[in-house]
Amino acid sequence: MIRVLVAKPGLDGHDRGAKVIARALRDAGMEVVYTGLHQSPEQVVDAALSEDVDVLALSILSGAHPTLVPRIMELVRQNHMDDVLILLGGIIPEDDVEDMVQAGVAKVFGPGTDTNDIVRFIRERVKDE
Amino acid sequence: MKDLDDLKQGVFQGQKRAIARGLTWIEQGRQEGKLLAQQLFAHGGRAHVIGVTGSPGVGKSTLVNALTLHLRHEGYKVGILAVDPSSPFTGGAILGDRIRMQDSVMDPGVFMRSLASRGHLGGLSRATFGALTLLDAAGFDKILIETVGAGQSEVEIMQMAHTTMVVLAPGMGDDIQAIKAGILEIGQIFVVNKADRDGADHTVRSIRSMLGLTSEHPEWMPPIIKTVAEDGRGMEEVNQALFRHHQYLTEHGLLDRFRWTQTEHVIEQAVSDLGERLVRKARLENSWAKRVVAVGEGSADPDRVAEEIWRHTIQED
Repeated sequence: MIRVLVAKPGLDGHDRGAKVIARALRDAGMEVVYTGLHQSPEQVVDAALSEDVDVLALSILSGAHPTLVPRIMELVRQNHMDDVLILLGGIIPEDDVEDMVQAGVAKVFGPGTDTNDIVRFIRERVKDE
Repeated sequence: MKDLDDLKQGVFQGQKRAIARGLTWIEQGRQEGKLLAQQLFAHGGRAHVIGVTGSPGVGKSTLVNALTLHLRHEGYKVGILAVDPSSPFTGGAILGDRIRMQDSVMDPGVFMRSLASRGHLGGLSRATFGALTLLDAAGFDKILIETVGAGQSEVEIMQMAHTTMVVLAPGMGDDIQAIKAGILEIGQIFVVNKADRDGADHTVRSIRSMLGLTSEHPEWMPPIIKTVAEDGRGMEEVNQALFRHHQYLTEHGLLDRFRWTQTEHVIEQAVSDLGERLVRKARLENSWAKRVVAVGEGSADPDRVAEEIWRHTIQED
């Protein structure tokens, strides 16, 4: 069973996208933990650790990804969670995508992404036991 | 952390990652997970296991959050298992209990895990027993299990929890009528949450009149407590009631009986695992196809075949 944490780090209050993704992943047969809005990087990583998820899907629309994502990645490494697949969605300017990937994000999915593409990407990368 | 012994040591030390990974093994239902749970069982038996059940929307998660904060204040380490339903069609699930537990779960003395029911009926997941065995061995003093919240069918919690709390909310007067058969019999503590709303006293009275009709243990009269979990009101009373119920179980030897029943369950589980292993082994042998044909034609009786397989495999071991 593939387990995913859909997380909303930072201060933006828009979780429509996150909920659409959560539902699409559930309908694809995955178990999706959703933690609600306004999560600190510490909360996000603590939840991912406790829930032992295969995938951490971050949704950020506030523009704070240049600070939030590196901090989250630092905590992921500190906790030896190297086997977790990290995805990023929301509003990420094209120019920042490369930096996010450098920081350790496996893929950035922008607005208008077909949810099937996300499901396919996860299935390719995570072995389902 | 691939090795069973490493994982066990990590659990004993209360390492979050080891606990989390151990729970995954147990949930996956593979052999290592079963072994882990069976081996950890002997190291448990100290925790007070508390079930929290009730219809959707009465505030179970919020209550668990508020109670956890209170129990932490009292110095207890708290483990939380929250079960949500899996879709019967896709097997997927959305696990949202963490949303209402944000205040308490960041505390290092708290471990919270969401479990999907994975097709298991009865308001829990198949992995619940193994999961609480692990949290018990990891040294949590109080383990709170929040059930799916579907209503009537949630009696299984009784076999897992020492104390079952049934949570209700005002404005459910008629619902009490509907659910009394299942849920009123399993409650050792009743909580009327959202008690700042109209009708709380009416709900308390309805429960009290129902309880008058059914009482399994006449020595324990279930208390009915009004709470407002959102701001923590009533948590001291809930904590007191939990303490008194635990004391009652101890004084009447019921905790020992509980442990005895659970130990029986663990042995039964191990025996049925053994049975499964025998079948897996037997299927790999050349004689399997012959046996299937014989039973299918009616020339062999399945009970005799089972005995043969049993004797044959035991000799090999």
